[in-house]
Amino acid sequence: MYLNQFLIFAAILFCIGVYGVLVRKNGVLVLMSIELILNSVNINLVAFGTFNDDISGQVFALFVIAVAAAEVGVGLAIVLLIYRNRRSIDVAQANLMKG
Amino acid sequence: MLAAEVAETAVPWLFANAWLIPALPAASFVLILFFGKRMPFKGAEIGIFAVGLAFILALATAGTWINEINNAEAAGEKTEEHGDESHSDEEGLVVTDVDGTALGSVSLTAAAVEEGGEYAARGKPVVTDVRWFESGLSVFRIGTLVDGQSVMLLFVVTLVSFLVHIFSTDYVSGDRRYTHYFAFLSLFTASMLFMVLSSSTLQLIVGWELVGVCSFALIGHWWEEKPNSDAALKAFLTNRVGDIGLLVGMSILYFAAGQTFDIVEINSKAVSGEISGTALTWASVCLMAAVMSKSGQFILHTWLPDAMAGPTPVSALIHAATMVVAGVYMIGRLYPVFWEGFAISGSTLNLMAFIGGLTTVGGGALAFVQRDIKKVLAYSTVSQLGYMVMALGVGAYTAAMFHLFTHAFFKACLFLGAGSVSHACHHSFDMKADMGGLRKHMPITFATFIIGSAALAGLPPLAGFWSKDEILIGAGVWPGTGGNGTYYIPFIFGMITAAMTAAYMTRTVWLTFFGEYRGHAHPHESGPRITGPLIVLATLATVVGFLNMPTAFVSRLGLPESFAHPFEDWVEPAGIASFPLIDHAKPSLSLALVATGLAVAAGYAVLTYYRRLYAKDPKAAEYTDGIRSRNSLAAAGYRVLENKYYLDHLYSGVIAGGTKGPVARAANWVNKNILDGIVNLAGLVSVHVGRFIYHNVDQAVVDTTVNASGRTASESGQFLRRIQTGQVRQYATLMFGAAAVLVAAFIIAV
Amino acid sequence: MTDFLNDWGISLMVFLPLVGAAIMMVIPGRDEEAHKLIALVTSVATAIVGFLLLQNFDYDDSRTLQFVVDANWIEVISARYFVALDGISLPLVALTLLVTPLVIIYSWNHIPDPGNPKIFLILMLVLHTGMLGTFVAQDLVLFFVFFEVVLLPMYFMIGVWGGEQRLYASIKFFLYTLFGSALMLVSFLALFWVTGSSTFSIPGLAEEVAARDIALSTQVWIFGGMFMGFGIKVPMFPFHTWLPDAHTQAPTQGSVILAAVLLKLGTYGFVRIALPILPEAAVEWAPWIGLLAVIGIIYGALGCLAQTDMKRLIAFSSVAHMGYVMLGIATLTDFGINAAIFGMVAHGLITGMLFFIAGSVKERYHTLEISRLGGLLVQAPRMGWILGFTTMASLGLPGLAGFWGEFPAILAAYEPAPGLSDTLFRVYMVVAAIGTVLAAAYLLWLLQRTAFGTPSEEFEDDPHIHDTVFTEWVAWTPLLILIVVLGFIPGLVFDVTNGPVTVVADALTAAGNAASGTAIGG
Repeated sequence: MYLNQFLIFAAILFCIGVYGVLVRKNGVLVLMSIELILNSVNINLVAFGTFNDDISGQVFALFVIAVAAAEVGVGLAIVLLIYRNRRSIDVAQANLMKG
Repeated sequence: MLAAEVAETAVPWLFANAWLIPALPAASFVLILFFGKRMPFKGAEIGIFAVGLAFILALATAGTWINEINNAEAAGEKTEEHGDESHSDEEGLVVTDVDGTALGSVSLTAAAVEEGGEYAARGKPVVTDVRWFESGLSVFRIGTLVDGQSVMLLFVVTLVSFLVHIFSTDYVSGDRRYTHYFAFLSLFTASMLFMVLSSSTLQLIVGWELVGVCSFALIGHWWEEKPNSDAALKAFLTNRVGDIGLLVGMSILYFAAGQTFDIVEINSKAVSGEISGTALTWASVCLMAAVMSKSGQFILHTWLPDAMAGPTPVSALIHAATMVVAGVYMIGRLYPVFWEGFAISGSTLNLMAFIGGLTTVGGGALAFVQRDIKKVLAYSTVSQLGYMVMALGVGAYTAAMFHLFTHAFFKACLFLGAGSVSHACHHSFDMKADMGGLRKHMPITFATFIIGSAALAGLPPLAGFWSKDEILIGAGVWPGTGGNGTYYIPFIFGMITAAMTAAYMTRTVWLTFFGEYRGHAHPHESGPRITGPLIVLATLATVVGFLNMPTAFVSRLGLPESFAHPFEDWVEPAGIASFPLIDHAKPSLSLALVATGLAVAAGYAVLTYYRRLYAKDPKAAEYTDGIRSRNSLAAAGYRVLENKYYLDHLYSGVIAGGTKGPVARAANWVNKNILDGIVNLAGLVSVHVGRFIYHNVDQAVVDTTVNASGRTASESGQFLRRIQTGQVRQYATLMFGAAAVLVAAFIIAV
Repeated sequence: MTDFLNDWGISLMVFLPLVGAAIMMVIPGRDEEAHKLIALVTSVATAIVGFLLLQNFDYDDSRTLQFVVDANWIEVISARYFVALDGISLPLVALTLLVTPLVIIYSWNHIPDPGNPKIFLILMLVLHTGMLGTFVAQDLVLFFVFFEVVLLPMYFMIGVWGGEQRLYASIKFFLYTLFGSALMLVSFLALFWVTGSSTFSIPGLAEEVAARDIALSTQVWIFGGMFMGFGIKVPMFPFHTWLPDAHTQAPTQGSVILAAVLLKLGTYGFVRIALPILPEAAVEWAPWIGLLAVIGIIYGALGCLAQTDMKRLIAFSSVAHMGYVMLGIATLTDFGINAAIFGMVAHGLITGMLFFIAGSVKERYHTLEISRLGGLLVQAPRMGWILGFTTMASLGLPGLAGFWGEFPAILAAYEPAPGLSDTLFRVYMVVAAIGTVLAAAYLLWLLQRTAFGTPSEEFEDDPHIHDTVFTEWVAWTPLLILIVVLGFIPGLVFDVTNGPVTVVADALTAAGNAASGTAIGG
């Protein structure tokens, strides 16, 4: 079975991404980790699409890539603004939402 | 057939277009309101013009009506002669739509005519109405109802209003709100005429309350001073209390008569017994409350004297001649309802007769102790309104309407006279301090006031004599009078009042016009715009009584028969389906003599009292050492002789003084402290209850519950907010952790 | 033209204000005049579209829904975009169309602190859409959405432009209403599931309920949920406590809209949704609604007597007046429901007017403390007379609009629908009639202490106190004229509402007969 290998690969990639998001303090690295997560999802989508002989998996993947691009754009803009305001991109310091 | 033709012939233009009469002053109100201040006479001329035109129309309508009645009578006699059996068509109620197309005559067979030809059917109400609105399955109509009663009041209202308008141009000239004053006079006239012409009880309610609000506005005309606005408020609120009865009573009638507000229909159904007796009784009791407030009956009369805070012409128009008789008018309008509801026929006492009787005596007694000339007249109005209500209570419908008619003229004359007097005396109304001896200074006012007083006291041959006499015989107590029952208590009340009225009016006239002038102004006769209306009204007060002379009297004088009680023929709709079968009491010469004798004696007693006082001190207004301070019985025998057996003292001191002193004072005290006290207490209690509920229930219980729930939410929020560190990573951790748990659970479950 | 109106008229009317709001969003807030102008033009345009609809409305057939648009909306939850006008909605739509432009005109020189007309007017327009939408929606989900759309702008209006305790008042208002609408939503959903209906359409659901044999207790519970939702909005005693606070703190414009239109959403809900769909439950609930209504009448009046603040007094008077409306509804008769709808319109005009005056008094005197006022007739005679006129209208004087909401409701209580106790409702009738005296008492008392007399020393020579200004005249005249016109020609409303109301009342009568039949049978 080919599918399992893809899924396991995606799961590993996903876990790395989650680790990155949770642990890294650098905003840019967090964004990159999110990219990893999204790409792991993409792999899953394509894998299932091929497995089921259905084109929609790939279509979805394309969508995800497009959205990810936008998301990175917005995310980097935020990081940039945080940097301008605080002279640091340490996400641990960004706690304005504290209740 | 002749009868059918009579019913089918076109309704006279004036009847079909009676709406013009209230519409004229209504238009005048709007015009004065918007353009009054720019007019050369500040809007007064618009009002006078409109009301004058309305008066001419009313006069023409009355003429047409009288003409119709006379024709109908002639026709009725003819039918009887020919023994024509087709009366029923004649009772047809002529219903026309506004565009004049006859909707056909609705045949309402009157039991009366079937029973005997004696009652020539006359005075069929002419209803002209249009669709007003629809609710549910009922269609409500608005329109005019022209019959004897409404035509009579149209005439009275427009005439008195017209005279009051003219009087006011002088009396309130230079007033701070001259234009507003005339605007509201117009509005009042319009509303009153609207009420008078109403063809449905719903319309009656509308008119009823509109006149109330005009009264409110005019009593409070000088609202800068608190007593005036207090009086206005009191009048309005007391009337509102009565209005509870009006609203409830009319609701009962609406449903009892099969969902209709139509006055003719309600009346017909009440006569024919289609409405249950219980419903009629309840409705009558409720409506009686409305009458008590509007027409100043005990125990809701207290607002009327206070209402004198308004300008005097207003008091003459609204609180003497027209608005306050609205209650009497309403009873007359729905007379079958009360007739059946109180079982007036063949009874000895009922609520209406009793309240009327009580009011007439109570009001009269109170008139003795007033210093303020307007208050005397106000209590006298209360007393006379009691007379009318009492008359209706004993079944003397025509007598009541006739008294309403005559009273309007002489009471308006008296009020305007009082206005003229105060105009001359620095706008004071205090008889004891600022008046006296005015007969030399203002002869015209004096003469008209005397005529008005004599008419009020019921001295023959003035107007009041005839109407008062009819009420007394209507009680059916005096031997040989007949009537609709034997109403002893109302009769006794009526006799007492006859004496009292003469007594207190004598007192008023003496204090105002005789003796020496006690004030500090330079009294002078008023101008022609004031004396003119006075003369007109005094003339009317002299002559209108002859409109309803009894048949026996007319024949004794050798006058033609048509002089006998034409007023009754015009006003009382005898023998038609929407009016009960009323017996008419026969006049009695002996009763007339006794009643007049009583009045003269009482008046003479008071006169003697004041003559003696005058002999002692020309400037005195009352004994400072009166009968209350002379209890010594020493040298009694000598003095008995010297004082002609003390009869003079008895008349002047004990009877007049006693009534004037303790009794009236007690009544006044009860009036002021108990009745007013209750009203005030009720107001105070409701304010306090309101405050208590607001602070302890509304703010404490209801609101606290709400706030507590809010606080719970807020406190739990306070607790939960600690979780919110603001660290995105922590949120993410929680999210992924939760997702992991869910996945684990999912795997285990599957 | 007619085709266009038939298909698009209502939608255009409802969403036109949103278009205006969108345009205003892109214009910078500095240009205040432009914003006022756009808001005014939008609301007038909306009114014109509405007027065209009203003109093309077939008044002889007011009982059927007209200008119907029934399109797919959210298929997943069976919600449809179903809007239409009939005799019940028409008077209220007309009222809304009238009041909103007037309020915007009034805002011309009365923008409350802290200013920012841009946002203020945008909120007003959003509110406009919400209100119009609620009155034309014939689908429960759509109705609910519009019902909630109304909530937010009002919340911000009170919370931002309100008085000193605005936060408290606005949150109270929000939570209260939200609580009610949550229960209302549950009821709607329950109705959907219980009937197994395929849509949320109101007429459809009414048919489903009539066709299916649904346990009475279920119906009563569902009605209870709606009762909470609508009753709070009305507001009925004892859920009224948000009202005085909201009114007192709200800016004048907010108060006017709140009194004139928002309170009617509740009563309208009863007439449009609760009664037609669940007539049998309505018969069960009616005595209780009637009881709360008359308690509200007396309680509101007593509350008024205790007030020292003019605006708060007027707010409390709403509790009493809406009591008459609810009493009319509780009789379940055509007469009573007609009276209730008339009462809604009349109360909207009159109380809206009273709040306008209160706002103007506040602007001049900077206080609404009754004991400090007095002599308004001396300092601002025209305004004083308008106040007098409006209080007279408010206390139900015949010949003015207020009477036709009050007296017919009292009258109807004499003989309620079958299945209801005559005796009980006659007691209600008498209590309601007593309420008219109390109403006269507090209103005249207010009039006496604010308008009569002479001004207190404090304000005697205050140059800020002037008579009515131009924008006030423009905003007030239509209301004043309508109060008189409706007072003398009540048919303008009654004839429109009568058709659909008779349909509702017939269903209620049938339900009542069935109920009393079972009572006799059991």
